[in-house]
Amino acid sequence: MSSLRKNSIYLFMVPALLLFTFFVFVPLVDGVRISFTNWNGYSQTFKYVGFDNYTTLFHSKLFKVAIKNTLMYGICCTLIQNILGLIYAVFVNQRFALNKLVRLIIYMPSIIAGVIMGYMMYAIFQYNGGALNDIMQLFGAEKVDWLGEGTRALWIIIIVNSLQFVGVAMMLYLAGLQGVPQSLVEASKLDGCNSLQAFRHITFPLLIPAIESSFLINMIGGLKMFSLVYALTNGGPGMSTHSMGTAINYLHFANENAGQAATAGLVLFVLIFVISLAMNIYFKRKEVEM
Amino acid sequence: MRKRARASITSITLNLLGILVIALHIFPVYISLMTALKQKKDLSSRLLPPKYLNLDNFRHALEDGMLVQALLNTIFVTFCSVVIVVVVGSMTGYVLARTKSWLSSGMMLITMGVMMVPTISLIVPLYKLMLTINGVNTFWGIIVLISTQYLPMAIIIYNNFIKGVPKDLDEAAAIDGCGKIEAFFRIILPQLGPVTASVLILNGVKIFNEFIYALYFLQRPEQKMVTTYISTFFNENSNLNVASAAALLAILPVIVAYLFLQKYFINTSLEGMSK
Repeated sequence: MSSLRKNSIYLFMVPALLLFTFFVFVPLVDGVRISFTNWNGYSQTFKYVGFDNYTTLFHSKLFKVAIKNTLMYGICCTLIQNILGLIYAVFVNQRFALNKLVRLIIYMPSIIAGVIMGYMMYAIFQYNGGALNDIMQLFGAEKVDWLGEGTRALWIIIIVNSLQFVGVAMMLYLAGLQGVPQSLVEASKLDGCNSLQAFRHITFPLLIPAIESSFLINMIGGLKMFSLVYALTNGGPGMSTHSMGTAINYLHFANENAGQAATAGLVLFVLIFVISLAMNIYFKRKEVEM
Repeated sequence: MRKRARASITSITLNLLGILVIALHIFPVYISLMTALKQKKDLSSRLLPPKYLNLDNFRHALEDGMLVQALLNTIFVTFCSVVIVVVVGSMTGYVLARTKSWLSSGMMLITMGVMMVPTISLIVPLYKLMLTINGVNTFWGIIVLISTQYLPMAIIIYNNFIKGVPKDLDEAAAIDGCGKIEAFFRIILPQLGPVTASVLILNGVKIFNEFIYALYFLQRPEQKMVTTYISTFFNENSNLNVASAAALLAILPVIVAYLFLQKYFINTSLEGMSK
């Protein structure tokens, strides 16, 4: 009776366990099963087709483009957000009148839905009447069809996404910077370090935990890229800006090829899993070295 | 004297830089606002404010009531999901913080694992599952899915917080003949106020902005959430002025909440991130 009462606390985990089981694990297993079928996404019947989806998908142009872009979105967004985020953090860590307002405004876009942010960009990137082309003309340059060319559209997505979420990295670094004991920095300066050396040898190593969380969050966010691409280009022009996310959506609905969409979903899952695991291991080793 | 002159030059430079940075980051919202304030036939540059006051675009955006409907749907879904996340998350976090066994360490692993699975990866099997259990185009369907997605983060935040609550309190309660379940309601629950505020804000904003699930599981026009409503609005409407007004109205609730609860927003976002 007493052990029953003692263990009854585990009943508290049951609701969470049920939710995870029915809406994560069962679908995960079912996703593997669907990846071996030719299900079209709505009908009652389908056939098992072995590894067909895998071979077709891996040889398709869409898949190659989507994988390449997904890595681009992940890596470039992470680099821009972290470099700019660190610069912003050092900047707003100084004392000046507008300091609070700058923080407030840099962080603000990150609470706006990515998809709505994407649509708001229309007024900027439109060919006729877009704000960016107005600026171009102000400087006497030709108007540009900003989203009309694949590589340029890809970089626009990367930059828009990075600027929207740079505030998150900034806040992490700012918290890190404020945790660095000022006495250490001053001591190093007495020993003859200049500001840059003090930053390199004192502040930077102490920021490693902040760098770790920030890199991981931004990398996963970039690899999952969906809403912004959906709003800005929906994968176009052609299929040049598709991420894995929008490719899955395209395969599922436009192409009625749910089998391949499920396959692509598993690939994305494995990709994110492997990359975050590798980053975790790398940073753990770095922490020990420092 | 010279030192002071130098200090004021530094401060002027910093403030000027600050203005530049503010201009860069406010640019999208500013351009949207200028577009939303101008009449469609007004072809002047969106960089400049209109020379007249015109709120017609906002009126048009609200006219058919669908935007308000979408906002109400979103608030309803957000409210229900957040309640589930808080209740289930705090219960699980309590068990993980107060027990040591293979059951609790297994649950911790599961929680971390679930956090790694991206929504879009499971969308095909989830869509199939929801078709089978008639959950497509129902509010309960999307609420259950969203709650599951945001549960792991809440469990981890609650677990960390409850670990910091002195154990003597609930142990004393246990000696007084209170079971662990009763101890949760009597001792732990009353102390969860601040951490629950964090969970509410952190998840509230994310759920309010939810797009993928809304796109797949609430497809009827009268069921749209703000994200999907704005998406349809831009795709079906060639009038960018009205669409911009609609987009601004759609983000207004989170912006207002952010301006009033700034401190909370930033602290909680840090809490959620540093696991």
